[in-house]
Amino acid sequence: MEDIEHIPKELKLIDEKGIRLDGRRFNELRPIKIEAGVLKKADGSAYMEWGNNKVLAAVYGPREAHPRHLQNPAKALVQCRYNMAPFSVTDRKRPGPDRRSVEISKVISEAFASVVFVEQFPRTSVDIYIEVLQADAGTRCAGLTAASVALADAGIPMRDLVASCASGKIGGVVALDLNKDEDNFGEADCPMAIVPRSGEIVLLQMDGHLTADEFDQAMDLSINAAKQIYELQRDALRRRYASVAEAAEQEAMREPAPSEAPREMPPDLPPEVDDL
Amino acid sequence: MTAEVISELLREHINRLIASGKRADGRGFDDPRPLTVQKNYIKNAEGSARVQLGNTDVLVGVKIDVGEPYPDTPNQGVLSTSVELVPLASPNFEAGPPSPTAIEIARVVDRGIRESKTVNTQKLCITPKEKVWIMFIDIHALDYDGNLFDAASYGALAALSCAKVPASKIGKEDYPLPLEHWPISVTAAKIGGRIVVDPNLDEERIADARITVTTDENGDIRAMQKGLKGSFSLDEVRAAIRTSQKVGKGLRGIIQRA
Amino acid sequence: MDGSAPARREVVIPGDLLNGHGLKPGSGTFNEGGRIYAARVGIVAEREGFVSVIPLSGRYVPRPGDVIIGKITDLGPSHWLVDINSPYPAPLNAKETPWMVEFGDTDRYLRVGEVILAEVVSVDEAMRVQLSMADRQFGRLTGGQILGVSPAKVPRLIGRDGSMVALIREFTNVRMFVGQNGRIWIDGDPEGVHHAAVVIRMIDESGPAPGLTDAVRAYLEAAYGRRATTPAERDDDGRH
Repeated sequence: MEDIEHIPKELKLIDEKGIRLDGRRFNELRPIKIEAGVLKKADGSAYMEWGNNKVLAAVYGPREAHPRHLQNPAKALVQCRYNMAPFSVTDRKRPGPDRRSVEISKVISEAFASVVFVEQFPRTSVDIYIEVLQADAGTRCAGLTAASVALADAGIPMRDLVASCASGKIGGVVALDLNKDEDNFGEADCPMAIVPRSGEIVLLQMDGHLTADEFDQAMDLSINAAKQIYELQRDALRRRYASVAEAAEQEAMREPAPSEAPREMPPDLPPEVDDL
Repeated sequence: MTAEVISELLREHINRLIASGKRADGRGFDDPRPLTVQKNYIKNAEGSARVQLGNTDVLVGVKIDVGEPYPDTPNQGVLSTSVELVPLASPNFEAGPPSPTAIEIARVVDRGIRESKTVNTQKLCITPKEKVWIMFIDIHALDYDGNLFDAASYGALAALSCAKVPASKIGKEDYPLPLEHWPISVTAAKIGGRIVVDPNLDEERIADARITVTTDENGDIRAMQKGLKGSFSLDEVRAAIRTSQKVGKGLRGIIQRA
Repeated sequence: MDGSAPARREVVIPGDLLNGHGLKPGSGTFNEGGRIYAARVGIVAEREGFVSVIPLSGRYVPRPGDVIIGKITDLGPSHWLVDINSPYPAPLNAKETPWMVEFGDTDRYLRVGEVILAEVVSVDEAMRVQLSMADRQFGRLTGGQILGVSPAKVPRLIGRDGSMVALIREFTNVRMFVGQNGRIWIDGDPEGVHHAAVVIRMIDESGPAPGLTDAVRAYLEAAYGRRATTPAERDDDGRH
C-alpha cells in the first residue's frame, strides 16, 4: 500500500460528491456474479466474477487425508490452498506459492474450520482450492465467498455459508469494497468474513491506519454488504440444483430414435457373474 | 500426479469396444472431441484464451513485458512456457513444484511454438543487447479429462493469436503480436493395437503408447513427441502424421475463427 | 403425463431454518438453540417424527447393509483393500468371502483392479468400514461396464420398491446392479445398454422437480416404440 505522501496530487479516489473513480458511492459493491457446479472433476466448485476479479474455487472431499501423520483421528482437516495464476496480475507472477498466498491460504482454512461439521468425517481432509485467474483487489474475499459455495456444492455439511467482504479508507473516507487502485493508494483495507446467521466473524485482517470509530464504520459497511453477498451465494446454489433437472430431461428428449436395422451383438458374450 | 488403480472392468470394456471399431463416447477413431475457444478471457494479460476440448478445460495467459535478453542471444526476445497442473483440476494433481508430466507438456508446447517460428523471437528485439520483449506463456489446467498436450497447445496458440505487444511501455503504439505459422498438435493413443485420436482420460489411462504430432498450415511437421511405455511401428507413425495433417486442418479453422 | 403436477420442491441451503415443530433433527440437519437447520444442500423430508434434508450432492457415506460396487486397490496376506467411492477405504477380510483363502494367497482370488459386488457389514464411530462378499448374491463382476451417478441419486434410480430399475429392465433387458455408493454395473445388447445409459444419466442430472419417472417412461416408450407394462406410479421424489 502506498504511503499518503506518494499519492499523485491529481488522483482523487473519492470526490466532494462522494463519487469514486469507477463511479461508485462509498457504500456500493462492485458487480458480482456467482455460478455453482462449474467443474466436472471436482466434488464441488464455483466460479465468481467480482468487479474485475475472476476466481475459481473447487472442493475435493471429504477424502483420505495425506500425509497420514496429519490425519486427525476425530475430525476432518479443512485445508485451503489459495493460488494466483501467473497471468492474473499486471506484472506476471512466478508460479508457485509465495508468502502472501501461504498466509491467505491459512486464514481462509481457519475461517471454515468452525463452520464445517468436521466431526462427521474423522481421519479425512476437505481440500479447498482457490485459483485467482484475474486479480483486482479483494481476491481473498472473492475466493472465500466462492469457496463457501463450492463447499455446499460438494455436499460438505456446514452450519451456514460464509460471506466475505472488505472495507477500507480512501481519501479520508471509509468506503466499501476497494478495487486495486483504491487499495494501492488508499489509507486502509480491512477484509473480513462472517457467518451470516450468527454474526460470528471468522476472518479479520487489517492493514493501514484507522481510528476505532472508522473501524466501526468499515465493519458496518462490510457486514451489510455481506448480507447481499450471502443472498447471491444462496441464489447460485438454488439455480444450480433446480436447473439441472430441466437440462437433463430436455437433452434426453432430443436423443434420436434408434434405426430399425438390427444392431450387432458384440463378438463375445459377456460372462455371468461368477464364482459364487 | 498420483497413480490411481484402473478397474479391470473399465480396461476390458474400452478394449472390447475398440476391437469392434467403437469408442466409449461414440466417437470415431479419428474424431477429436468438440473444441471451444474463448479468446481475450483475462484482461490483465496481453493475450489469453480459455479452451475446452471435450471436458478438458484449460486457461492460457500470455504476458509480454520489457526485459533483458539472454547473453547468448542478444538480439532475440525471450519466450518461456510453463504448465501448472493445479490440484483444482483433478483429484490426482498435487500441489508442489511442476511434475515431470507438467514439464514435458510445457516443453512440447514450447517447441511447437518456438521451433516453428510461430512467434519469431528475432522480431522481438527492441534494442540489441539491452532490451527485448519477454514473453511468458502460462498454461493453467482447470478441469482434466485427458489429452492436456493438445488442449494446452490449442490454448497457447489461441492466446498468442489475440495477443498485443504492449509497445506503449516503450513510447510507441500497442500492436498485435505477429504470428508466422499456425501449428496444431494432434495426439493419438495406441490401445489394443488400434490408434485413437484425442484420448479422453479413461483412454489415456489404459493406453500403451501415445504420440503427438504437430503440423502447420502447409502440412509440414513442427514437433513430435512419443510418450508412455509402449511403441509404434514406423507405419503407425506415418499414419499419425497423416491424421495430424487431416484433423489439424479442421481444428486450425476453429482456433483462427474464434 | 398426468395433470396433477405437485409444486416444485424447494432447495434448502446450509443454515436454512427448517419447519420442525415437534420433529427431531434427522440426517442432513443440525440442532441449534432448540431449532432445526439444514446442514446440506438438498430437499426437506419429514418422516416418522424426524425432519431431514435429502442431499442433492456429496460423496458416499457407507452404512451397514448397503450393497456396493467396489474396486480392489491393494491387498495383504489375509485381506484386500477396496475403493468404495467414499472418503474411507474399506477392507474385505479373506474370511468374508465364499472361498477358503490360504494365508498369503489373496491375489489368487481377487487381484488389484478387479471389481466386486459386496455389502457393508459394519461402520464404527471412527468410520472404519468392514465389507463382506460371503453371501451368494455377491461376487466378482466381469464384462459389462460401470457408470457413475451421484450417491444422492441412487434412491431415485432404484425407485420405490425397485420400480425405476424394473422399468429400465423391462425395455432394455440389461442386467443391472445398483450400488448404494453411486456405481452401477450394466451389461446387455448395445442398444439396450445405450438406452439404459441415457436414462441413468437423466436420473443423475435430475433435480428436485417432479416428473422424472414420467420423463424416463416417455423416453423409453419413444425409443422402443411401445408402451410400458410396468405399473404406473405416483412420481417418487426419492424420499427414503
